[in-house]
Amino acid sequence: MTLHDLEKSFQAKIDAEIKIEPKDWMPDAYRKTNLRQISQHAHSEIVGMLPEGNWITRAPSLKRKAILIAKVQDEAGHGLYLYAAAETLGTSREQMIDDLHSGKAKYSSIFNYPTLTWADMGAVGWLVDGAAILNQVMLCRTSYGPYARAMVRICKEESFHQRQGFDALLVLSKGTPEQKAMCQDAINRWWWPSLMMFGPKDSESTNSDQSMKWKIKRKTNDELRQHFVDMIAEQIKLLGMTLPDPDLKWNAEKMHYDFGEINWEEFWNVVKGNGPCNKQRLEARNKAHQEGEWVREAALAYAAKKAERLQKRVA
Amino acid sequence: MSISKLDFLKFQADSSHILSQRNAELCAHGPILEQDIAITNITLDLLGQARNFYQYAATLSGDPVVTEDSLAYLRNEREYKNLLLVELPAADWSYTVLRQLFYSVYQYLVFEQLEKSTDLQIAAIATKSLKETTYHIKWSSEWVIRLGDGTEESHSRIKKALVDYWPYTGELFIPAPYETETLLGFDLSALKYGWLKQISAVFEEAKLSIPENIFMQTGGKTGVHTEHLGFLLAEMQHLQRSHPGAIW
Ligand SMILES: [Fe+2]
Ligand SMILES: [Fe+2]
Repeated sequence: MTLHDLEKSFQAKIDAEIKIEPKDWMPDAYRKTNLRQISQHAHSEIVGMLPEGNWITRAPSLKRKAILIAKVQDEAGHGLYLYAAAETLGTSREQMIDDLHSGKAKYSSIFNYPTLTWADMGAVGWLVDGAAILNQVMLCRTSYGPYARAMVRICKEESFHQRQGFDALLVLSKGTPEQKAMCQDAINRWWWPSLMMFGPKDSESTNSDQSMKWKIKRKTNDELRQHFVDMIAEQIKLLGMTLPDPDLKWNAEKMHYDFGEINWEEFWNVVKGNGPCNKQRLEARNKAHQEGEWVREAALAYAAKKAERLQKRVA
Repeated sequence: MSISKLDFLKFQADSSHILSQRNAELCAHGPILEQDIAITNITLDLLGQARNFYQYAATLSGDPVVTEDSLAYLRNEREYKNLLLVELPAADWSYTVLRQLFYSVYQYLVFEQLEKSTDLQIAAIATKSLKETTYHIKWSSEWVIRLGDGTEESHSRIKKALVDYWPYTGELFIPAPYETETLLGFDLSALKYGWLKQISAVFEEAKLSIPENIFMQTGGKTGVHTEHLGFLLAEMQHLQRSHPGAIW
C-alpha cells in the first residue's frame, strides 16, 4: 500500500467511528498530536494536585479533609491512567516526566494560579473540574482507543469532584458574612481563568481543524466554552453569588448566554510562564522527583537483588 | 460515662489523626506516583479510624456541643493525647515508612484485643480497622526491607531514621492512667513482646538491628508533647479557630 492508501483507509476508519488502536497504522502527525495532548493532560492531573494539596493540612473539618485528600488522590490516579495511555504511543513515562520538569512539555495553565483561601477548594472543584469535565466528556469519544477508554474511567470521578466543589461553596454561601465574602472572592478570581481553560478562540486556534477531522476533538473551543458559560450562569443562581462579568446576559435569540471578552493578554502571559505560580509548580514537581530519586534507586536495587537470589535458588 | 474510657477513645483518635496529618503532607509530593497514591490510602484509612473514635467519644460525652470536629479542632497542645512518635516530622521517605511500620504493628496488636471488648462499638471499630492495618503492615514492611536492603544510601538513611525514632517507641506499651488492665480488659505492656518479635522479623530481612539500651521518651499519652505538636495544631486548627462557630 502506498502512503496515500494508508492515509485513506485510516481516515475511512475514523469516519466509520472505528477506534484507532496502538498497533494500527497512523499518520505521524496523528501520533504526535495525541502524544502531546495525552501527556499534557497527564501532566495537568499531576501538577493539578499541587494547588489543592496546598489546603489539605488546613482543611476546616475532618469530613472536608477526607474529601479533599480523596480528590487529590483521584487526580494522581488520572495521571497514571493517562501516562499509561500515552505510553502506548511509544514514549516512556520517564521521558514525559523529564519533559515536564525541564519545561519542554506544557500542562494546563489554570494550575498556575494560587489557591489563597479555603473557598478556592470549592471554586476549583466547581469551576475547574467543571470546565475539565466538558472537555473530557467529549474525549470519551475521541478516536484514539486508549485515550477514550482512560477518559471514561476519569469522567465518573470528575463529575463527583464538581459536585463536591459546589457543595463546599453552597455551605459557605449560607455561612457567616466572612464565609460568604470568601466564597464570592474565590468565584471572582477563578471565573476568568476557568474560561481560558478551553483555549484560544476558534479563529485563533492553529490545530483545531485537523484535530476535528481526525476526531481527536469533536467540539471546538468556543462551543465548549459557551456550553460552560450556559451551565455555570444557571448554577450560580443556586449559590446566590454573582459572576464577575457585567456583560453576562441571557440572549433569547441565540438561546445562549452572552459574555464579556476574555483577557487574552493574561492568557498568553500565563502560557509563556509568567503566571503567578508557574515557577513554584515546576519547582515543587522537580523537588519531589529529586528527593525521590534515592527511593526509586533503592527499590530497583532491591528488586534486582531479589531476582538474583530467586534465580540462584532455582539453579 | 467514665472519664477513662473517653480519654482512651481520644488517645486512639488523636494518634491516628496526627499520623494521618503528617502523612498527608506527602500527598502530591511523594517519591513515585504509585507510592503517592499508596501513602495517601493509608492517610485516608487513619483519618477514617480517627473519625470513628472521635465520633464515638462525642456520643459518649453526652454533651451536644461536642462533635468530632470540636474534639479535633478545638483542643490544645496539652489536651491532645497522641503518641509522641506520630507528631514528629518525617525527614524523608525512610522515616515515613519506618514510623508506619512501628505504628501499624502496634495498632494491630491493640485492635486484636479491642475486638474482644464488651463495648460493641469499640469492638466494631477494631474489627474494621484490623483489615486496613493488615495492609498497612504489609506495605510498610516491604518498604522497610526495600530501603534496608536496597542501596548503601537507602540503608544509611533508614538507619538514621531508626536512631531518631526508636526513643519514641517505648511509650507505645507503657499504660497511661486510662489504660490499666481493669479499664482495657487486657495488659497493654504484655503486647510489647509481640511487637518486638514482629519488628525484629522485618528488621532481619531489612538488615537492621534493634537498638539497645536507648533511653525512651514519654509524655504524649498524658499531653506532654514535643515542640512540634504546637505548630502542627496551629496549621490544622487555624480556620476553625479564626471563624468560631462557623459550619464548613
Ligand atoms: Fe482529574
Ligand atoms: Fe478532578
